[in-house]
Amino acid sequence: MTMTAARPASSFAPKDMTRIYTERVVLVLLAVASAVAVLTTIGIVLSVVYESLLFFREVPFWQFLFGTEWAPTGNPPAFGIVPMIGGTLLITLIAILVAGPLGLLSAIYLAEYATPKLRAIAKPLLELLAGIPTVVLGFFAALTVAPLVRAAGTALGLDVASESALAAGLVMGMMIVPLISSLSDDIINAVPQSLRDGSYAMGATKSETVKKVVLPAALPGIVSAFILAISRAIGETMIVVMAAGLAANLSFNPLDAVTTVTVQIATLLVGDQEFDSAKTLSAFALGLVLFCVTLALNYVALRTVRKYREHYE
Amino acid sequence: MSNNALVKKRYAAERRFKAYGLAAIGVTTAFLLFLILDIAIKAMPTFFVHEATLTVNVDPALIDAANPVAGDYLGLTKKALAAQFPDVTSRGDRKALNGILSAGAADGLQQRVLADPSLIGKDVTVPVALNSGADLYLKGYATAQLSDRQKAWLDALLEKGVISKGFAWNFLLNGDSREPELAGIKGALIGSVLTIIVTLALALPLGVAAALYLEEFAPKNWLTDVIEININNLAAVPSIIFGLLGLAVFLNIFGVPRSTPLVGGLVLALLVLPTIIIASRAALKSVPPSIKEAALGVGASHQQAVFHHVLPLAIPGILTGTILGVARALGETAPLLMIGMIAFIVDVPKGFTDAATVLPVQVFLWSDLPEQAFQSRTAATIILLLLVLFAFNALAIYLRKRFERRW
Repeated sequence: MTMTAARPASSFAPKDMTRIYTERVVLVLLAVASAVAVLTTIGIVLSVVYESLLFFREVPFWQFLFGTEWAPTGNPPAFGIVPMIGGTLLITLIAILVAGPLGLLSAIYLAEYATPKLRAIAKPLLELLAGIPTVVLGFFAALTVAPLVRAAGTALGLDVASESALAAGLVMGMMIVPLISSLSDDIINAVPQSLRDGSYAMGATKSETVKKVVLPAALPGIVSAFILAISRAIGETMIVVMAAGLAANLSFNPLDAVTTVTVQIATLLVGDQEFDSAKTLSAFALGLVLFCVTLALNYVALRTVRKYREHYE
Repeated sequence: MSNNALVKKRYAAERRFKAYGLAAIGVTTAFLLFLILDIAIKAMPTFFVHEATLTVNVDPALIDAANPVAGDYLGLTKKALAAQFPDVTSRGDRKALNGILSAGAADGLQQRVLADPSLIGKDVTVPVALNSGADLYLKGYATAQLSDRQKAWLDALLEKGVISKGFAWNFLLNGDSREPELAGIKGALIGSVLTIIVTLALALPLGVAAALYLEEFAPKNWLTDVIEININNLAAVPSIIFGLLGLAVFLNIFGVPRSTPLVGGLVLALLVLPTIIIASRAALKSVPPSIKEAALGVGASHQQAVFHHVLPLAIPGILTGTILGVARALGETAPLLMIGMIAFIVDVPKGFTDAATVLPVQVFLWSDLPEQAFQSRTAATIILLLLVLFAFNALAIYLRKRFERRW
């Protein structure tokens, strides 16, 4: 370095190359850290796919996908995923029927009507509900809601299983309310005020504005909030493990006991596993299905939200 | 006229719509309150416990001074109880009387004598644990575990002042047990702490480093796009899938010991990493570019500007996100079931590679047991877990309020 004697070299240029090297090393370390998330995904895909391939060597793929009987410990064992898909869909449907209206209506109220004071109380309460561990909700579903549902059913002269899909679905729905409401709240708030003002200027009431202007404008975002909620319900494990039971019934009666994909994964892999048996490996095949479905749903939802945001920014 | 009616109708619709919204918030709040109240009521019986205080004669014939560990302490305790009821003499009645004692009734006595062998041959006054049915009966709950005679004996002991009620320290200080009155959550509590330490030690540095790279240093190209999409999607992957990853990779390929806080912490770290990255990026983004530009303007290198000026200003936001991530990890159950943190473990874990369980898994384990007293212990564990989580959330809210800056 050629510096004039009047100005010490150290004030602008590094005294030596140490800092440059250190900074290069730091940069590499930071890049490696951000690669961990990608490695996690790769790890998930590889481990689930590898064990699933081992499983499909023993059980044909089509038999797994279209089989209507699930009895991994039976003799001979049967590995048909259809009853579990049915059970998962049934419970998810109940959950969305509960969480959809509750979550969306509370989001609309909080975004359009609520005073700042009510918002300051209701928002933390919803966050509180969102923060309750699912094992707690499962305990509540199994010990309090299920007996209540059963008693109500018996009072109406209905035959309710003690581990009904309805009880698990109801509690799962309440679990999802905060998710739908906070996402929808954000999305409704992102709708430009000018659209509302235009509607008011035409003489519309507030609710007419919400129904005819704000909601249609926010529709893509709200749909993706629902898709994320569905994905969350499909992947939820503890509530269904504790409240939905193990019986692989192919039934669409919400009062019956059904089982879900996540319940079976958890049940098959709790305790000691032998890694050469089709029974253990089938859990990974179920995991593969679960991963693919939730990934597809999440991808679609996140892309839609991103596009929606860009549209209004 | 018809116009007037229409306006009325529209305003009625307006009021109805508003009422629906309020009702939705009301239903959700009511559910939350019902949930917490229901669990708190179920937890009540666990927080207080009845104990008998008996004077036991440590008979040298039964406790050998040379080998005090092998002594029949339960026999001594039963004798002391029988002394309270001289009229109970038949074998069957004596057995029924002993039935109100816990299987661990003599634990306190044994500890005292082992600590001080000079007590052998003397009278010792010790607290004696009752079994869970007796305790529930004394608290006024219906129980099928006791006969009417046993209930009468308990009433008599209560009247004599032999039985007293106290705070159930056992619940906080004991490990797990098959006997509900002896089962405590210390093991699960320590397990949770150890697991969270591993999670935090991994996820915080990795998450902040990844956020720094993506927000400040990464070139904008397809690769960083892929990483970003990947992180957002990973945050929404069901937690049970992370359990499969832990089982297949950490346990089967890397051979990390099963059931340990180490492997649990590893899995939970990967689980909360996306949350921490997203929160840290948001915190870094909220620091105005002028701060960095000023640092660059006076000759700082890019990294100096980021590490000396941007990062310190983003720390409150990063901490808030991390606390929320840790709170999530603390309540997570499903992935831990896959990696064996569900075993029945009596000993309190002493290190990261001891077999352990965590609070939410303890809830899951106990919720499955038929005894009424275990149901109450489950609810009490939930209350404790919720208190810890609320404390974390309150801390996050406090930090946000305290250090929030509008630029």
